[in-house]
Amino acid sequence: MENLIGLLVAAPLLGAALLLCGGRRLDGKGHLLGTALAVASFVIGAVLFADMLGRDEHDRALHSHLFSWIPVGGFRADVAFQLDQLSMTFVLLITGVGSLIHIYSIGYMEHDERRRRFFGYLNLFLAAMLLLVLADNYLLLYVGWEGVGLASYLLIGFWQHKPSAATAAKKAFIVNRVGDVGLSIAIMLMFTTFGTFAFAPVLSHATDASEGKLTAIGLMLLLAACGKSAQVPLQSWLGDAMEGPTPVSALIHAATMVTAGVYLITRSGAIFNAAPDAQTAVVTVGAVTLLFGAIVGCAKDDIKKALAGSTMSQIGYMILAAGLGPIGYVFAIMHLVTHGFFKAGLFLGAGSVMHAMNDEVDMRKYGGLRKYMPVTFVTFGLGYLAIIGFPGLSGFWSKDKIIEAAFAKGGTEGWILGGVALLGAAITAYYMTRVMLLTFFGEKRWGTTPSPEEPSAEPAAETAGAHAEPHPHESPKSMTIPMIVLAFGSVFAGGLFSLNDAFLKWLEPVTSHSHGDSPIGAATVTAGTMVVLLVGVGLAWAQYGRRPVPRTAPRGSLLTRAARRDLLQDDFNHVVLVKPGQYLTRGLVYVDHKLVDGVVNGTAASVGGLSGRLRKLQNGYARSYAVGMFAGTAALIAATLLMRAV
Amino acid sequence: MSHAATVHMLWTTASVSPDKIPSPDIEYGQLAPTLIVLGAAIVGVLIEALLPRRHRYAAQLFVSVVALAAAFAAVLGLAAGDYGTTKARIAAMGAIAVDGPALFLEGTILLVALVAVFTFAERRLDPAAHGNRVDSFAAQPAAVPGGEAEQAAVKAGFTTTEVFPLVLFAVGGMLVFPAANDLLTLFVALEVFSLPLYVLCALARRHRMLSQEAAVKYFLLGAFSSAFLLFGIALLYGYAGTVTYAGIADVVDGQVGDITPALAGTMGNDALLLIGGAMVLMGLLFKIGAVPFHMWTPDVYQGAPTPVTGFMAAATKVAAFGALLRLLYVVLPGLRWDWRPVMWGVAIVTMLGGAIVAVTQTDVKRLLAYSSIAHAGFILAGVIATTPDGISSVLFYLAAYSFVTLGAFSVVTLVRDAGGEATHLSKWAGLGRRSPLVAAVFAVFLLAFAGIPLTSGFAGKFAVFKAAADGGAGALVVIGVISSAIAAFFYIRVIVLMFFSEPRTEGPSVAVPSPLTSAAIAIGVVVTIVLGVAPQYFLDLAGQAGVFVR
Repeated sequence: MENLIGLLVAAPLLGAALLLCGGRRLDGKGHLLGTALAVASFVIGAVLFADMLGRDEHDRALHSHLFSWIPVGGFRADVAFQLDQLSMTFVLLITGVGSLIHIYSIGYMEHDERRRRFFGYLNLFLAAMLLLVLADNYLLLYVGWEGVGLASYLLIGFWQHKPSAATAAKKAFIVNRVGDVGLSIAIMLMFTTFGTFAFAPVLSHATDASEGKLTAIGLMLLLAACGKSAQVPLQSWLGDAMEGPTPVSALIHAATMVTAGVYLITRSGAIFNAAPDAQTAVVTVGAVTLLFGAIVGCAKDDIKKALAGSTMSQIGYMILAAGLGPIGYVFAIMHLVTHGFFKAGLFLGAGSVMHAMNDEVDMRKYGGLRKYMPVTFVTFGLGYLAIIGFPGLSGFWSKDKIIEAAFAKGGTEGWILGGVALLGAAITAYYMTRVMLLTFFGEKRWGTTPSPEEPSAEPAAETAGAHAEPHPHESPKSMTIPMIVLAFGSVFAGGLFSLNDAFLKWLEPVTSHSHGDSPIGAATVTAGTMVVLLVGVGLAWAQYGRRPVPRTAPRGSLLTRAARRDLLQDDFNHVVLVKPGQYLTRGLVYVDHKLVDGVVNGTAASVGGLSGRLRKLQNGYARSYAVGMFAGTAALIAATLLMRAV
Repeated sequence: MSHAATVHMLWTTASVSPDKIPSPDIEYGQLAPTLIVLGAAIVGVLIEALLPRRHRYAAQLFVSVVALAAAFAAVLGLAAGDYGTTKARIAAMGAIAVDGPALFLEGTILLVALVAVFTFAERRLDPAAHGNRVDSFAAQPAAVPGGEAEQAAVKAGFTTTEVFPLVLFAVGGMLVFPAANDLLTLFVALEVFSLPLYVLCALARRHRMLSQEAAVKYFLLGAFSSAFLLFGIALLYGYAGTVTYAGIADVVDGQVGDITPALAGTMGNDALLLIGGAMVLMGLLFKIGAVPFHMWTPDVYQGAPTPVTGFMAAATKVAAFGALLRLLYVVLPGLRWDWRPVMWGVAIVTMLGGAIVAVTQTDVKRLLAYSSIAHAGFILAGVIATTPDGISSVLFYLAAYSFVTLGAFSVVTLVRDAGGEATHLSKWAGLGRRSPLVAAVFAVFLLAFAGIPLTSGFAGKFAVFKAAADGGAGALVVIGVISSAIAAFFYIRVIVLMFFSEPRTEGPSVAVPSPLTSAAIAIGVVVTIVLGVAPQYFLDLAGQAGVFVR
């Protein structure tokens, strides 16, 4: 069985190699090959899962040592995999959702001439993401971490002919680098503290290190998580990342990659448990991002950006839960999985709508689509109900537990966190209802007057007649089937996980779990959640359901305008980081020109001058040379005698 | 006793019992490399005397190659017989040492000479004169340049095949030089390899005046330095009463068992020792080309026929450094607190001087000459280490450096215009566009000179600097690295010139060499890269060979 673990990664890696190096020969069937290998990886994952279920719960982790990567003295880096329940959960999520999105992309990318490359990148992403969650040490995890960053960069900028996409890709890459630095520093700190960076020894000896060291490591890991999972203060890239093709947004920027930060914190639980200050930082980041993303999601008219805000906010929930320690880890991962289902479903639904609407993303130009796209409407609707936490659906089970755990943190902190989580639930209900109403209900707001703006120029749109009036239609089977499957997950996953606390029992051996003492009962929390849910939905309905929606956005309040600009995140970064950075750069360039170059050029000039002068000693006369030799010998003798004298 | 009676007694003593003079005990087997080469040189002379002209070239080439290869095989045989390590000994009545450093250096010299002979024998580079293929050497060196006799000799198809026995004689001297175990043998070996080199320098077929001037300068200055060396030997003899290395070392260390009255009088006279030691050192530093005894180097390197320059730059340096090492490590170790500071100074001015003056050179042969001066400084840093690592690093550096040098000068012979070799740097502009392979090969050699990793130059430089730093000469290493940086400038400038400048319309062409020069260049490239990529085996070899016998 251990040998299969390597194959999990190898299958999509092979696909990436074939598709990216195979050349045009694979243009015709390459996408099918890529999809087949993704599905193959899922099948292997399922076999391993079945095998794992068959074993005792404390004997489930598998190890597979491939080779020693960098054995240098006391430094030892291995390429070795570890498949425990936590990794298994991720493997199934990644390969499962990944396979569905490969299938979806067959339809979505049908007319793109660089389709083969797209599937190659998708396979590369799968391989890197699997490496990330299967690594048995932090260094190998780092390799996967960088790999998914690369794949994300390539896929956000996939339509590189659009300057906005190219810029968004660069932005994502650069912001992620900041986080990556955190991870690399954390790994170095681990090595100096523990002498290794393999999970098992580091985590089992975590309590041996001083709290200061552990706090430092924890904060650096948190920085890494912030970058990859788009948490405040490194959140600014996620909205722009929606420039990528929608399947990419669904897979990478909603379901899997952006949750890597949650995985990292959960995996490093032993470190955070022993560093309360770092944990406080984690919950703070989670709580702030939870609200931040939700507020941004309320104001966006671009359907994908609204969903991106929502993703940020939902990951905020997960980070919050992970920061709560053993009372939250399981629920963080559980919400991660259910979120993977319904958010991927929502994105695929959004993609389906865009596909039908000539790639229009402005929800104010949608409206009344439920009649034209019934399958999309139903699947999107189920995803919607799941995310707002409609009782019985997936989101209800997982989010409710997080809110409960937040209250259970205890003390003032618990009340604040619980309150924030509840408030977030209300806002979630509001913005998701808004998306739903704008897209599928109300009057149709498309086609009646010619669009004043150029529709975005995607290749797919051009072939369909970019300037033509949209004729909404249901998407092909290859797109609707993944949406239906994901809708099933959105509906049933949460309930299934909560049956007999199945998910908790499954994950407990890895993450450990303790029941917190909530100051308010579980039933009260659920009731409170229901109340805020109804308030949120009601508000949205009052605003967007009862009266017609204008095609152009009203000016809005100060908060709305700020939220449209992502709560001024880019302005903030510009003023706080970019400007001082530019001044620093200019200063350094000045110093480089005047001082460094001055010294360098001065040295070069003086060497050259000296050379020219010394050269004149070489006058070609043997007599001069002989005098030189004589003087040299005299100096040699004098120096020798002098050495003896002193 | 009257004067006449004394003479009479000497006569009679000598004539009365001749059988009491011990017959010299010569270990022919252990001296085989030298004997083979010198024997072949004599065969070469006989070939010149007895064979018709048209057969001489092939016969000489054959004899030279076979002799050098056989001598190298003999060195290998001695090394395999543990003569480099456990069975190291003094042979030939105390005159010649057979030990690790001697065998390593002899092997290096023989391989270098073998490759150099290939370039000597090259006959395809210059256009044929009157239907006869010509090499780098004058048709009849004794003829006045540009005179009628010369033209007649060219027309008759004369060639100077004497270069082969001359090279063999020089090699013979070079083999003895680093192995010499007494000062007189040292001096004889020096003259044996110097005199043929003076002659070889004068033999260039093109620019004969320049060549002859170089030879005369080299001869005059060489004789001048020999005089110093010889005077130094005399002073050392005066001090110690012996010329053997071990004997002098014993006196320096104060470990003589039997102090004769004469010795007792001079032993305490350190002035004799110090002045004599300094003068012998000077003679060796001249051959190495260390500042301020370097001034012959650029003129001679430029004027001599390029194959000779390559041979001289590589082999002479190996032999002279070998002799210097033995002198400092065997004869004068007791004096190291005196000579080390002085050698520090020499190494510093040599490294900096060579590198700085090279910056403004415009002729590629002169550039390489100054580069060789700078490299002599780097090797001196290893010599100064006075540790076993110092010896082995110098041995390795010499082996690495000599093949780079040979290869580089071989490439210089290829780049030609109507006047022969186009050595002015401006003519090399854009060479990389027209002859990418030749330019790339030259770039490899330049990078090796500059000490860029993955070339032998890096491994060698790293070894000597490490040895010097471990030996307490950290400051010297800093200056060495600064000099390397200056030197890198002019090496890389040539690369930039070759690859990033527009080719000149009237630029030189690259001659297509025969397999001989191609082989020489290819061997240079292979050795450069192998010693750069996988130096450990050879470093270990040099490490095993790094112990002098006393």
